[in-house]
Amino acid sequence: MAQAVSQHGHDHDHSHDHGHHDPQEMKLLGFWIFLITDVILFGTLFATYVVLHKNTAGGPGGAEIFEMPGVIAETFILLTSSFTSGLAVLAMNRGNVKQLISWLIVTFVLGAAFIGLEVTEFVKLIGEGHGISASAFLSAFFTLVGTHGLHVSVGLVWMLLLIIQLSRRGITDVTRGKINVISLYWHFLDAVWIFLLSVVYLLGVM
Amino acid sequence: MLEKIKDFASDFFVTGDPLIYGADVSIGLAMIAIVVGLTYFKKWGWLWRNYLTTVDHKKIGIMYILASILMLFRGGVDAIMMRTQLAFPNLEFLHPEHYNQVFTTHGVVMILFMAMPFMFGLFNIVVPLQLGARDVAYPFLNALSFWLFFLGAMLFNLSFVIGGSPDAGWLSYPPLSELQFNPGPGQNFYIWGIQISGIGSLATGINFIVTIIKMRAPGMTFMKMPMFTWSVFATCVIIIFAFPILTVTLALLFIDRFAGAHFFTLDGGGNPMMYINLIWMWGHPEVYIVILPAFGIFSEIVSVFSRKKLFGYTSMVFAMLIIAFVSFFTWAHHFFTMGSGADVNAFFALSTMLIAIPTGVKIFNWLFTMYRGRIRFDLPMLWTIGFIPCFIIGGMTGVLLSVAPADFQYHNSYFLIAHFHQVLIGGVVFGYFAGMYYWWPKMFGFKLNETLGRWAFWFWNIGFYVCFMPQYLLGLMGMTRRISTFDWDTGWGPLNVVSTMGAYLMGVAFLFQVLQIAYSIKHREVDTTGDIWDAHTLEWSIPSPAPEYNFAVVPVVDSRDPLWVEKQRRAAGKLPKNPPKPVYAPIHMPKNSSIPIIMSTFFFIAGFGFVFLWTWMAVLGLIGVAGCMIARSFQYDTDYYIPVEEIEKTEASIRGTV
Amino acid sequence: MNKKPGSRLMMWVMIIVSVLSLALTVWALYAGSHNYFVLDPKGPIAAGQRDLIVISTILTAIVIVPVTILTFVIVWRYRDKPGRKAKYDPDFNHSTKLETIWWGIPIIVIAVLGIVTVRYTYALEPSVAIQSQKQPITIQVASMDWKWLFMYPEEGIASVNSITIPEDTPVRFELTSDAPMNSFWVPELGGQIYTMSGMAMTLYLQADHQGTFFGSGANFSGEHFAQMRFDVNAVSDEQYQTWVNKVKTESKPMSMETYQSLTVPGTADKQTFSAFPEGLFQQLVTKYLPGGLAGGKDRATHTTPSTQINEKESEEGQSDMGTNEHDGMEMNDQESTDTNTSN
Repeated sequence: MAQAVSQHGHDHDHSHDHGHHDPQEMKLLGFWIFLITDVILFGTLFATYVVLHKNTAGGPGGAEIFEMPGVIAETFILLTSSFTSGLAVLAMNRGNVKQLISWLIVTFVLGAAFIGLEVTEFVKLIGEGHGISASAFLSAFFTLVGTHGLHVSVGLVWMLLLIIQLSRRGITDVTRGKINVISLYWHFLDAVWIFLLSVVYLLGVM
Repeated sequence: MLEKIKDFASDFFVTGDPLIYGADVSIGLAMIAIVVGLTYFKKWGWLWRNYLTTVDHKKIGIMYILASILMLFRGGVDAIMMRTQLAFPNLEFLHPEHYNQVFTTHGVVMILFMAMPFMFGLFNIVVPLQLGARDVAYPFLNALSFWLFFLGAMLFNLSFVIGGSPDAGWLSYPPLSELQFNPGPGQNFYIWGIQISGIGSLATGINFIVTIIKMRAPGMTFMKMPMFTWSVFATCVIIIFAFPILTVTLALLFIDRFAGAHFFTLDGGGNPMMYINLIWMWGHPEVYIVILPAFGIFSEIVSVFSRKKLFGYTSMVFAMLIIAFVSFFTWAHHFFTMGSGADVNAFFALSTMLIAIPTGVKIFNWLFTMYRGRIRFDLPMLWTIGFIPCFIIGGMTGVLLSVAPADFQYHNSYFLIAHFHQVLIGGVVFGYFAGMYYWWPKMFGFKLNETLGRWAFWFWNIGFYVCFMPQYLLGLMGMTRRISTFDWDTGWGPLNVVSTMGAYLMGVAFLFQVLQIAYSIKHREVDTTGDIWDAHTLEWSIPSPAPEYNFAVVPVVDSRDPLWVEKQRRAAGKLPKNPPKPVYAPIHMPKNSSIPIIMSTFFFIAGFGFVFLWTWMAVLGLIGVAGCMIARSFQYDTDYYIPVEEIEKTEASIRGTV
Repeated sequence: MNKKPGSRLMMWVMIIVSVLSLALTVWALYAGSHNYFVLDPKGPIAAGQRDLIVISTILTAIVIVPVTILTFVIVWRYRDKPGRKAKYDPDFNHSTKLETIWWGIPIIVIAVLGIVTVRYTYALEPSVAIQSQKQPITIQVASMDWKWLFMYPEEGIASVNSITIPEDTPVRFELTSDAPMNSFWVPELGGQIYTMSGMAMTLYLQADHQGTFFGSGANFSGEHFAQMRFDVNAVSDEQYQTWVNKVKTESKPMSMETYQSLTVPGTADKQTFSAFPEGLFQQLVTKYLPGGLAGGKDRATHTTPSTQINEKESEEGQSDMGTNEHDGMEMNDQESTDTNTSN
């Protein structure tokens, strides 16, 4: 105990004194737990979608309004961006800032293209009178897909900030931690999209 | 123009009720008094540096508890008003509309803005100290959590004087809470007040899980953790699984109200029953979120004040984890009467009863901790002993309620009201009071006055039984919850008078506690030992109040009751009487930050904008929030080292007075 | 604990407060209602539920009472005072035998209670018909803001805030809501069930005795929720027939307009109607479906429900959207009101 053991606990002290833990490792653990909460969040939204997807209030269902070519394009773009974000991390592990930044920019552009396509899809639906207030099905659709889109958009802004920080500070312990976290986040959004694609779009048009 | 302003003002401010005007005036006066006081004593800078921008878990804990006592007062006044209205048949003390607002805010305030922050306050003060850590895992996030809670609570409370309070019950079932039946801003206050503070709660959950996993003192394995810390761990696990559901549910309700969506509306294919399912998927675990830490507190206190080790540690841990797990599979017992069929009802009845088993085991273990002990009746122990019989009865009526077919007769009646107040007051409130009395000396370095505390304890206890025992009977007489008045012919009058008297007694008890705190501040019984209760765990091994870095030297642990074991070893002469002078190393500490309070204020602004559907204001607030996040992302200089000389100086000055 | 100055005063104050409270409670028990509806059933369903309440109370009391006594004994016996003789054993913190016992006791009690509960859950399922020689009568129930509407489809009559039923005859209640959710509860006859918009629930009850029973809405539904009381009059078969005939001859019929006026939020007195629009209950259940009474596509607005209906009709009459649905609805309305009033 405190002072009593300070003698034989002494050699511990040095390794344990600096907040006694690796802050980056702790950040990553916290982020994993945050992702659990995000899984629950999306899970709840998926559940509401499944409950409501037949309640079209006399309006159109998924089969009538989903346009698969755009969705498939979105899927490929997002999957590719996940791959490029992985390449960014590899570049970071090699210590190559330039490559790291370039891959991040590629990822950013792909993500932005994804959001662009999604917004186009939404605008088109709303223009045709299939807005969020048209039926419970559409409310659930827009909220679920929109929440994913919002997550991606937040990720984009965040990525931009990190690109700026990287160009100023290079690869340090802190920036390395940040890149690890955002790449985890990006892969997570990719996984959520796969579920979205299957539950909303594929089951919707089948 | 003037007319327009007048119109706006009469919509904007709640008018037409002397009670509200009274509240307006007193809120105004209190604000002026605070501002004048701070300015006169030149305390603004001190307040800003030491509290408003602090990331020190101990100070954040104190702020949580202060806020929650304030909210206890508000929720208590609500309760007193309700009981006054119901004291006699056909009373017109409160108009039905006001009555509905009052019971809604009473429920929300007590659960979300009283119990939750009280709990978080105790988490903050105790957990890092019990772990032998210097702070929580993410001190900045911790401060942000507090300010989100606080400003969310303030936003909610604002509805009392601006715009009108929510009035659809504490869980706001649609369609009653939808635009169709509830067009005013009150419901939006409900959504955003809870939403903003809910983000804070979620963050706290993550924070403490990481703290407990990563920051335990060397040698402290999971099975050597103090029981309170275990309860915090179990609670935080429930939080991270339950709170996202609340976030989504409230968001969907708001999208319904804001964008005309059809999640829970009657028309357009909406499904109000889905809301009821979702809100209870959060709501039921929420009950265990607030009760588990109380169990942890009792476990600590029972063993310290019986001068024994805690009986059945492994059973206790196991029981708590079972409760945490099963709590996610019982939600439908809140609506057996929805007509889901016998299969569903049977499943949820059984899962609910299952929880009684580990809970029962915990009670046995507490009893056998006292068995062959030497029980001291200091205030913390007094509350613990008051808790046991109260919780036994509350637990029993809980089991009765879980019997699905019988619940058809108890549901929504005063029987139910009596039950959940018995577990929430007898369990949660008594538990947190016990915790407050127990750790108060650690927080402030002095003890709370014993005599006044006993007055408060007895008034609380007698008042509780007088208030709630009659309500069981009223339930069996057919009195339903949330009625704003009743007729003479029901014959419910006399027992309601008794119940109201009980509520007043609890009001008196609260006044005694306020008096007790004020008196104790003035006539301090200073504790110089740091270990005023002869306790078992690490937080008592350091001075009271703890220095900002908590532990000058990180302790090493080899048992469940490290301090107790050390004291025994020292008494037995196995350790030197005067420990050798410890060797210090510079301590790594987080810097204060003004971002949490500023960012939360922007959240408040955004929330206020959403309440009145002023999109410009909401957008402004959200931009502010984003700006704060960006600012934080670019901050690299977030910590500093306390040099050895300073530690030596601090330690000498604290220990010197010993 | 050592006696401090003032502790004697506190003791006396607390004793006086307790005695006064107890006296007040005794008075209240004597002066107040003696009708513990839930424990004094007047029908088979309520009787079954009462039995279950008694069984579960006894089962839990088997554990609760000894534990409470044990608590006081332990606290008293092991209190700290000078010269105490009771054993002190600070390291007594584990005993597999004891812990097995108290994992075992609640498991056994809960197992027994669980079996009982499951059996009763199926036996007392509200939508299962009550066994009886007599044919059940049907009463359709709609909770409204803030009144109860009862319709007798077999007799073609309706009433507000009061029902009359024949004794010893099962009553099949079909329940819905034309307002926020509520709950239909007649404690002397049996447990409650929610009334929800867009859904038709079934609840079987039966009165074994004649008398007037207390009924109320049990789930909060807004401002004047407290006024949502109703009476259940259980009478003999003959009296029931007399009552039906009287309502048919002496009361006015309910037209669709009368119904609309009932939907205006507010309280209502007891009323009876000699007829009601045919299929009204079904129309209420399907009100918000496409083509339903509410016009299918309405948006929630800032207006109260009653004015909302009017607005919608004028609004949708002009707009192109949903015209078909609307026409269909109107025809329905007219048909039903016509046939019924001419009845």
